Amino acid sequence: MEKMSRVTTALSSNTISGKTMFCHLDAPANAISVCRDASQVVVAGRNIFKIYTIEEEQFVEKLNLRVGRKPSLNFSCADVMWHQMEENLLATAATNGAVVTWNLGKPSRNKQDQLFTEHKRTVNKVCFHPTEVYMLLSGSQDGLMKCFDLRKKESVSTFSGQSESVRDVQFSMKDFTFAASFENGNVQLWDIRRPDRYERMFTAHTGPVFCCDWHPDDRGWLATGGRDKMVKVWDMTTNRAKEIYCVQTIASVARVKWRPEKRFHLATCSMMVDHNIYVWDIRRPFIPFATFEEHKDVTTGIVWRHQHDPDFLLSGSKDSTLYQHMFKDATRPVDKANPEGLCFGLMGDLAFAAKESLINSDTNRKPYAGGDRRNPLFFFKKTDPTEQFAHVSSALTIYETDFDSNHMDWFVSTAQRYLLSGKPFAELCDHNAKVARELKRPQVSTTWTMLRIMFSDPANLPAAGLNHSLSKLGSLPLMNSFSLKDSGLGTESRLERSKGDNRQDNIHLEAGNSHISNNNEENEETEGSDGPAECMFGDAELDDDDLYSMDHENQAEEQEYTLPQEGFQLRHEIVDNPSAPEHFQQDKADSPHVSGNEAEVPCLTPIESFSLISISQPLFTHHLPASFFCPIVREMLSYYAEQGDVQMAVSVLIVLGEKIRKEIDDLTQEHWYMSYIDMLQRFELWNVSNEVIKLSTCSAITCLNQTSTTLHINCSNCKRPMSSKGWMCDRCHQCASICAVCHHVVKGLFVWCQGCSHGGHLEHIMNWLKSSAHCPAGCGHLCEYT
Amino acid sequence: MRHAVAPAQNVENNSIAVTDLFKICNHCERLSKKDLGVRIPRPLGNGPSRFIPEKEILQVSKVDSRTQSIFEDAFAALGRLDNISLVMGFHPQYLESFLRTQHYLLQMDGPLPLHYRHYIGIMAAARHQCSYLVNLHVNDFLQVGGDAKWLNGLGEAPQKLQQLGELNKILAHRPWLITKEHMEALLKAEEHSWSLAELIHAVVLLTHYHSLASFTFGCGITPEIHCDGGHTFRPPSLSQYCVCDIANGNGHANQHDDQLCDQDMCGEVEVLMERMKQLQECRDDEEASQEEMATRFEREKTESMLVVTSEDEECVPSRDISRHFEDPSYGYKDFSRRGEHVPTFRAQDYSWEDHGYSLVNRLYPDVGQMLDEKFQMAYNLTYNTMATHKDVDTSMLRRAIWNYIHCMFGIRYDDYDYGEINQLLDRSFKIYIKTMVCSPEKTTKRMYESFWRQFQHSEKVHVNLLLMEARMQAELLYALRAITRYMT
Repeated sequence: MEKMSRVTTALSSNTISGKTMFCHLDAPANAISVCRDASQVVVAGRNIFKIYTIEEEQFVEKLNLRVGRKPSLNFSCADVMWHQMEENLLATAATNGAVVTWNLGKPSRNKQDQLFTEHKRTVNKVCFHPTEVYMLLSGSQDGLMKCFDLRKKESVSTFSGQSESVRDVQFSMKDFTFAASFENGNVQLWDIRRPDRYERMFTAHTGPVFCCDWHPDDRGWLATGGRDKMVKVWDMTTNRAKEIYCVQTIASVARVKWRPEKRFHLATCSMMVDHNIYVWDIRRPFIPFATFEEHKDVTTGIVWRHQHDPDFLLSGSKDSTLYQHMFKDATRPVDKANPEGLCFGLMGDLAFAAKESLINSDTNRKPYAGGDRRNPLFFFKKTDPTEQFAHVSSALTIYETDFDSNHMDWFVSTAQRYLLSGKPFAELCDHNAKVARELKRPQVSTTWTMLRIMFSDPANLPAAGLNHSLSKLGSLPLMNSFSLKDSGLGTESRLERSKGDNRQDNIHLEAGNSHISNNNEENEETEGSDGPAECMFGDAELDDDDLYSMDHENQAEEQEYTLPQEGFQLRHEIVDNPSAPEHFQQDKADSPHVSGNEAEVPCLTPIESFSLISISQPLFTHHLPASFFCPIVREMLSYYAEQGDVQMAVSVLIVLGEKIRKEIDDLTQEHWYMSYIDMLQRFELWNVSNEVIKLSTCSAITCLNQTSTTLHINCSNCKRPMSSKGWMCDRCHQCASICAVCHHVVKGLFVWCQGCSHGGHLEHIMNWLKSSAHCPAGCGHLCEYT
Repeated sequence: MRHAVAPAQNVENNSIAVTDLFKICNHCERLSKKDLGVRIPRPLGNGPSRFIPEKEILQVSKVDSRTQSIFEDAFAALGRLDNISLVMGFHPQYLESFLRTQHYLLQMDGPLPLHYRHYIGIMAAARHQCSYLVNLHVNDFLQVGGDAKWLNGLGEAPQKLQQLGELNKILAHRPWLITKEHMEALLKAEEHSWSLAELIHAVVLLTHYHSLASFTFGCGITPEIHCDGGHTFRPPSLSQYCVCDIANGNGHANQHDDQLCDQDMCGEVEVLMERMKQLQECRDDEEASQEEMATRFEREKTESMLVVTSEDEECVPSRDISRHFEDPSYGYKDFSRRGEHVPTFRAQDYSWEDHGYSLVNRLYPDVGQMLDEKFQMAYNLTYNTMATHKDVDTSMLRRAIWNYIHCMFGIRYDDYDYGEINQLLDRSFKIYIKTMVCSPEKTTKRMYESFWRQFQHSEKVHVNLLLMEARMQAELLYALRAITRYMT
């Protein structure tokens, strides 16, 4: 009696206060429910059935309803509900199929009031009518829903869903309808006064619908959650249930509860794997509005503490804890999400989305030379004052690149014209060099040439040419070159240099150099950037020269295109008559004026370094093993890739094949391949992309060709999809694809005319159309084969 | 002619102790010893099952169009129509679902490489010494480019697969002992570790083949012609069968038996139906106390332990198959002898529909759906007939069988009265179930014949399907629960 009096007197204060807190339960909870005045909560599970009072600072155990030495299965609860009008009345659903009511007003220790054992299987859900005091509804695994009048000993009506197990039943707030959700994905609407048949039924989810909840404001909105990881909101006021909102979660949805006083908010928890509780704004279904992350095992029961207070959420979990969550303590994923989006277009356009305030406040924004288009998009038409999302509108800005400066044509034609396999190595290199040259990409072209020189047979090496260059250049004193160099590049490189490590030196040069050129020019097509790469090939150290001459071009922008052109013609001769050095020589001869003009850094040094190297050249034999260059080539490839020219990196990788593959770790290779393939596919260069996939040696890449290889076709006779075999229809049992030429079944490649839809073996059709313009089937259509 | 020598050795340690065939086996043995090396392969098998007369089984050419197209599909996918499919052809709806799942598990996109899948199948089948499945998958394994060396034993396989041996062993015989530590050991093994998706795939494969082994033995599936005939390459020592087993399984002996039991067991079906009716009616009246219900479950569980599985206790697994797994003595039998207690697993706390499905589908998309359909198909399959009687609601009987199998694995449904099992399943049936589920290799033709004598073969196959799926689900539940625990 004492307990009871306290229970009844506890409903005092209307104001609810508290903090985020929790208490340990003895056992995992299956469900929780609060009494109407929000002062107490009942926790039910397989091995627990207790009432806690919610105090300011903590939960206090009030009453253990699980009494008896060996509690029966009636205590093993799948669900519990506290009557919202009668303070002393509770109902539980037991896993053995019993529906039990409990009267807290009973004087004895055992508060069990009534026991209904009409269900044959586990009862999943019990629900009191919100206004009718004695009306209790249950939904069970046996597919039945029963309505009990608590004044009677047995059910007053039974509703048979005629489908599978019932997972949830919920009374509508005002009238006599209730919703029931089923294991087969259906939701049914019943009138409690008409047990013979349902009012309405619709399929809400694929797989079981675990839960449903009516919107607390009587608007005919029903939220359902299912195993298909979706939460859907249905408008039931219309003739057909209409899906008005849909939220995709990351795990099957076990419970869904509308948030009081917030029209568009609902809380969900999941059945498996995910332990968090999410509160969603259904109008913004891609990111949870708030998250509670306290639980360490799946949350099994959630309930808002008071039906008019949106700030307190109670939850029970399999981890044997009971939590009270304060809304202000919730994590807001929106805050952590990056509100800005950035994306490059295919042609180098840049799209940028950010919240509008940010963009407006950005007064420093400069007008851009190219077409600058702003395109603000608003996610919400009107800002609701109750909205708590930080920013509701974003602006999308698109920066278009200068039309002529940044064509990607070179990429497309390079991709199409490069040869990656099928010829000897040297020829491939030459061909690719030629392609690059014709596209006015001298560095790339030189790179190919150098690659050929480095990795071809030593016998073919242009030794004569090297000597030639030497003689032509004359000899600058070695020391001299050193000192000059130092002035340009600083002490570190001097140190290197004095060690006489030529290659190292080159690399240093490159680093310093590209840096400078970048500073000088913002131009994306910075030709100078290619220079350093070439310098790495520096077997014949002439590259250094080349490199610097390139730089010059950059600085004197007018000459950008003329100079390399000149270089190309010369180089072309080199190819035929290996005299690479000579060309460089000439190049150099041309460049002095530049070096003279730009007294700064990079232009002076190159000359010196060139001479230095040309002198030191005899230190090396002419027949260096190919492996000698591998580190350099590796760096060159990384350099190209970093410059954004992943095309070059991948092409070289494929052409060099085994010669270089082991030098570069698989992940990097894979990354390059992926980037290049992605680019190719965005340019719709499917054939090239396929060739690259085929030629790649990364297993992760080659398997790309083996995914999604299914082609779905319809039968030509009955027009139905052919499921199992490509040449034989399951339904009409006819061979669907017969060659119009040879009248045999086509089991491999089938080509058909899009005009008359006749076709056959690829080869047969090709041959036929060579000699005849008409369709081989005799339909008179003029077919075309391209 | 390597295969010609092999069977001769194998007859001695033939693991299929078919008592009524034993004499013939001896006979065969003598014969074969005499003719060692010059034996000519005889025409094999009269039909796909040793237990079911060939004429009872559907003829491929005479089935209805639906079954026909399923068979065609199966043939197109695998290039063969195995005996298992032929026997399952009694129940085309189920067969369709079964084949789709199996095809997906073995051929379609999935986390494991193809040869791993077949090797895991071999491991699982070998656990039950199911040479039929082992032979089948040895061929497939080699066909997809598996390393023949692995077939010499688990020791030759990669470390990663070796680690799976322990899980395979426990899962096959005592799944309730699986803990999250087992999963952790697999998932966190440095360079040999499994990814979660791979593990799920492996677990599904293991359970699939454990239960398929049950079906194979339960229906007495005869070896494929190409497996025993040696038309394809395979390590010859794997052929397990004495030809006489296959040749004798069908035909005259059967009919003889049928006539005998007809007189003997007249009215068996009627009795069963009467009981079902009674249970249906009086369930509402007599309400057993909760304690009573609990004890009934425990009693059924304990009793199931004590059901003697086989007359032949001294059956040692043959060496050839056993090399695919370690610790051949580990089995369900040892366990029950020691009288250990199977812990109770509450179905309501971790069910396939709510939990298992979500986990599988999350890590191995689509498979959850397929398994779900397959389980439902097996559980709900009914033609509303019992033997010669029509329009019978068999749901009670099916549920009893399903729950009895889960009961053997310690899985308890709160909402089921285990007293029903005793009413509906007689002793010989229980023995059959127990043997098939726990040590399928000991299933004999006599067992198959001695339960439900008046029922048709198709109904017995139906029972076998139920057993197989229930077993698979039970194993899966334990394994998935352990994985879930590991993840939380």
